[in-house]
Amino acid sequence: MSRLSIAGLVIVVLLAVVALLGPIIYSWEDVTRQNLESRLETPTSSQLLGTDQLGRDVLARTLYGARVSLQVGLLVVVISASIGTTIGLISGYYGGWVDQVISGVLFNVFLAFPGVLLAIAIVAFLGASLTNLITALCVIGWVSYARLIRGQVLKVRELDFVTASRALGAGDFRIVWRHILPNSVQPLIVQASLGMAGAVLAEATLSFLGLGVPGAMPSWGKMINESREVWFSAPHLFLVPGAMIMLTVLGFNFLGDGLRDRLDPKLRR
Amino acid sequence: MPRFLLIVARRLLLLVPVIFLVVTFVFLLVHLVPGDPARLIVGENASQETYMDMRRRMRLDLPMHQQYLAFWRQDILTGELGRDYITNEPNIRRVMRRYPATIVLAISALLVVIVVAVPLGVTAATHRGGIVDAISSVVALLGVSLPSFALAPLLILFFSVKMRWLPVSGPGSFRHLILPAVTLGFALAAVVTRIVRSSVIEELGEDYVRTARAKGLTEARVLYKHVLKNSLIPVVTILGLQFGVLLAGAIVTEYIYSWPGIGSLLLESINQRNYSLTQSCILIISITYVLVNTGTDLLYRWLDPRIKVE
Repeated sequence: MSRLSIAGLVIVVLLAVVALLGPIIYSWEDVTRQNLESRLETPTSSQLLGTDQLGRDVLARTLYGARVSLQVGLLVVVISASIGTTIGLISGYYGGWVDQVISGVLFNVFLAFPGVLLAIAIVAFLGASLTNLITALCVIGWVSYARLIRGQVLKVRELDFVTASRALGAGDFRIVWRHILPNSVQPLIVQASLGMAGAVLAEATLSFLGLGVPGAMPSWGKMINESREVWFSAPHLFLVPGAMIMLTVLGFNFLGDGLRDRLDPKLRR
Repeated sequence: MPRFLLIVARRLLLLVPVIFLVVTFVFLLVHLVPGDPARLIVGENASQETYMDMRRRMRLDLPMHQQYLAFWRQDILTGELGRDYITNEPNIRRVMRRYPATIVLAISALLVVIVVAVPLGVTAATHRGGIVDAISSVVALLGVSLPSFALAPLLILFFSVKMRWLPVSGPGSFRHLILPAVTLGFALAAVVTRIVRSSVIEELGEDYVRTARAKGLTEARVLYKHVLKNSLIPVVTILGLQFGVLLAGAIVTEYIYSWPGIGSLLLESINQRNYSLTQSCILIISITYVLVNTGTDLLYRWLDPRIKVE
């Protein structure tokens, strides 16, 4: 593996550890407890990253923020990859008018909106909640998986072993399940890793705009937004969550790029 | 030339179904609202009369298909995009008051991208492995991973609060435009630098470069007269396609800098539950996006006649 993809893997594993450690070190009470008497405090031994504008522990909120980011990201990737794969398989395998409707019309409608705008539109009307946030991110996320799988199916469908399998009497389901899907897993994994980076960034953006994670639940994007008034007197309030977002996005991007180089021998130099 | 006109006509014809579907989607948005949108707007304590009046204004008293037809006839085809629930002002006026600021911001960001990415990308390509190349690859990483809402406070902190060179936020003079444009353009500049770099490297390996060098042209002349022209063709496409991404990114940038564009109007309308205005903003941003993409596609074909159309 390349050095970058190892770096990516290390970052992702560390993040997972951080997300798991959060609730072990801090209770929900630690995350939400406000203390207006000790607002905007600089780091101390009991509060390693100081406190925010409401006197809440920044480290506790950052660790819980990792949970939110990774949970949302993971759910979005799994759901949109499943939906995208199914639609891509149907479109690519059956072809004809089914494919025309899906790839000609459906894809184009979803690509007619810039992704973030589409997500903002959906959350704006559905209302801000964790479920609606995930729904919105899946609505913008599935297309890339569907296009990927459709392309993959079109390529694999014409190969000799599929024809041979059909000649031996295999049905549609068996061909898709046993031949086409296993041949599409690798690019899917790469896309999922890159999609994770995208989902984390999109979640942070929506939360920054006040359209993401609701209530007292901490999210990195929301932490940056909530500290707007004090950005310049207490820069750690945007630097810490900002750095976390950056690391997460970099980690998954590195991992995705590394996997692509590794899994596609044609790209190997 | 008539062949090119044919391509233009075909491409414009393709716009019809896309715009039709975009309008339909925007119409359907208000039906995503859980519960009764009219009740949400007037509030729990409003009188029955106020409530019924709002239902009528929002056409929620009509069957779905009639709502849809009325949306087309009264909102879209008249160009009003609906009217404000309270002031009765056509939404298009409010949107158009804000629209120029967003276009100015997006074009400035695009200029930042060009001014930064082209020289940086060319230098990185001609001095591969050098310092500029290394810097550009680090910046590219930052560009894809550092969100604008983390970059912006850093920029403001340094240029406005510490150095006092530029204003913190708000509209106004040219100086007010600099930080928002840099914030919005940064991510794209980082990506485009890498594209310019690889495009220039690719073109430098072409036969015509050897010919140009063989006939004794200076390296600068080879680069600027021949290579740059060809290597910028893919860059034009990327810039056009990414213009829409800039429009979406402008929502965040405008919010950070209190820039009075359509993006901040969109967020205001969402906070005020002004559903019809939200729909108008989304519609206008999407249509702009679709039109710019079409324009880019045509420009690309015109710039590079080698592209075959089936």
